[in-house]
Amino acid sequence: MTETSSKHPLDDFLRMDRMPHIWCEGCGLGTTLNCFSQALKELDFDLNRLAVVSGIGCAGRASGYVNADAFHTTHGRAIAFATGVKIADPNLKIVVLSGDGDLFAIGGNHFIHAARRNVDMLVICSNNFNYGMTGGQVGPTTPSHALTMTTPYGNIEHPFNLVALAAASGAVFVSRWTALHVRRLTESIKKGLQKKGFSFIEVIVPCPEIYGRYNKLGDALKMIRDLKTNSVIKYGVPAHEAEIDPDRRIVLGEFVDTEKPEYSDRIRALVERSKGE
Amino acid sequence: MQCRWGSHGDYEIIALVPASVQEMFDLTIEAFNLSERYRVPTMVMADEVIGHVRERLVIPDPNNITIMNRKKPDRPPGEYLPFQPGEDLVPPMACFGEGYHFHATGLTHDERGYPDMSIETQEKLVRRLCEKIRRNANKIIRLDKLFVDDAEILVVAFGSPARSAASAVATARSEGIKAGLLRLITIWPFPTEELEELSKQLKSAIVLEMNYGQLVREVERAVKPTPVSFLPKLGEEPHRPEEVLSAIRRCKG
Repeated sequence: MTETSSKHPLDDFLRMDRMPHIWCEGCGLGTTLNCFSQALKELDFDLNRLAVVSGIGCAGRASGYVNADAFHTTHGRAIAFATGVKIADPNLKIVVLSGDGDLFAIGGNHFIHAARRNVDMLVICSNNFNYGMTGGQVGPTTPSHALTMTTPYGNIEHPFNLVALAAASGAVFVSRWTALHVRRLTESIKKGLQKKGFSFIEVIVPCPEIYGRYNKLGDALKMIRDLKTNSVIKYGVPAHEAEIDPDRRIVLGEFVDTEKPEYSDRIRALVERSKGE
Repeated sequence: MQCRWGSHGDYEIIALVPASVQEMFDLTIEAFNLSERYRVPTMVMADEVIGHVRERLVIPDPNNITIMNRKKPDRPPGEYLPFQPGEDLVPPMACFGEGYHFHATGLTHDERGYPDMSIETQEKLVRRLCEKIRRNANKIIRLDKLFVDDAEILVVAFGSPARSAASAVATARSEGIKAGLLRLITIWPFPTEELEELSKQLKSAIVLEMNYGQLVREVERAVKPTPVSFLPKLGEEPHRPEEVLSAIRRCKG
């Protein structure tokens, strides 16, 4: 008889004293955290060299569940805080785990400028198309016409295409997956963890309890099945051509993988140069 | 006012106001030191004039600059609670990357740093955040005094208007008026005790502000029942020394 253990292989990467987590049944955020933990495990990543930063919202709670140095910042400020951590200790790998509303509405400016400066960090954005924690309000990624608590007659705005925005802002690694594509997502996270510079991964996550209900998208299984039906994997297409229309077509893949000088390196070089003069 | 009351919930903050370019430099270092010492954000609040003025600055030798660093945990990871305070109510703070794997959140939290919304935790946390500054206020507060010891008319000012006030107070003294200047370098915590003590010798007080009246109420409260006259200045120039001098003369009667 083989010995069984109550310990999960990923337990070491999580704060088990914080379980159960707050996320709803069928939510994709647990999957994202699982893929992140799996990527750390596969890389045998030194948790003493990792700092996890998040903002506010459902996705923002992830920093509280990771067994590493972690900061749950004020709304939208995860990337600003992460930039400070990187400059203070360039040996740390910073991972920002947050949501679409936190990173692109409240924290939108921090995102584009950190990408432009190429600050070394991996930003994983779980996109559920609405503000879930506060009851399902419209956000910067809510598709046109979608119903939310604050758009009962349908959203009249155009949503962001996050990967196109990241690429245009200067990110050196950009990819998009869904909570269904766990193996590919884990591989992209591994790349992002090893990449030097501003890396961005968008994860489309189902929000069956809030966004799904407003838009009558069915239960979690149905939403996951729709992600499968509607997604197309296209590696290497220009990010601005990576369409996202959740009801029709979502283009997945890795769209940018390039190199350019990193911000904290340049700060250090500048300090050295100034001392020399 | 905004840096003190700008957020919901209760907390105390430290705010410093420079009155020269040199002080802008010195107080910025001081702000980091206070922030590390008390584990609280410290604001350097320069007014418009100090922000624009150009004047002599002496940058000290880095070896002569006092740097205060935070208290570090005295126990290994696993035993460390990032929000367990010592007697001074300031908990030791580990840095990221030192192996402590601690979690910090903006939500109300327990001593482990984990979010906890219970009323008991919230009350305990808010009391500590306020008390760690209130109890140490006398150590934090910095004031600059000019002819204050025997002053009967006290000008209270901060930032650039304090420079005009210094000139006005000196002129008033040459005219035999017992005027003094109390320049606030620390705005928060507010020097209530100091002003209460001074109010015993005062006949009147004058408050200068480059706004329509923010800190004046704090002064009024502290020096009660001493009459307080308020000299606001709107627009982009500080008070002229003659304006302050006229106000002093009016108080003298």
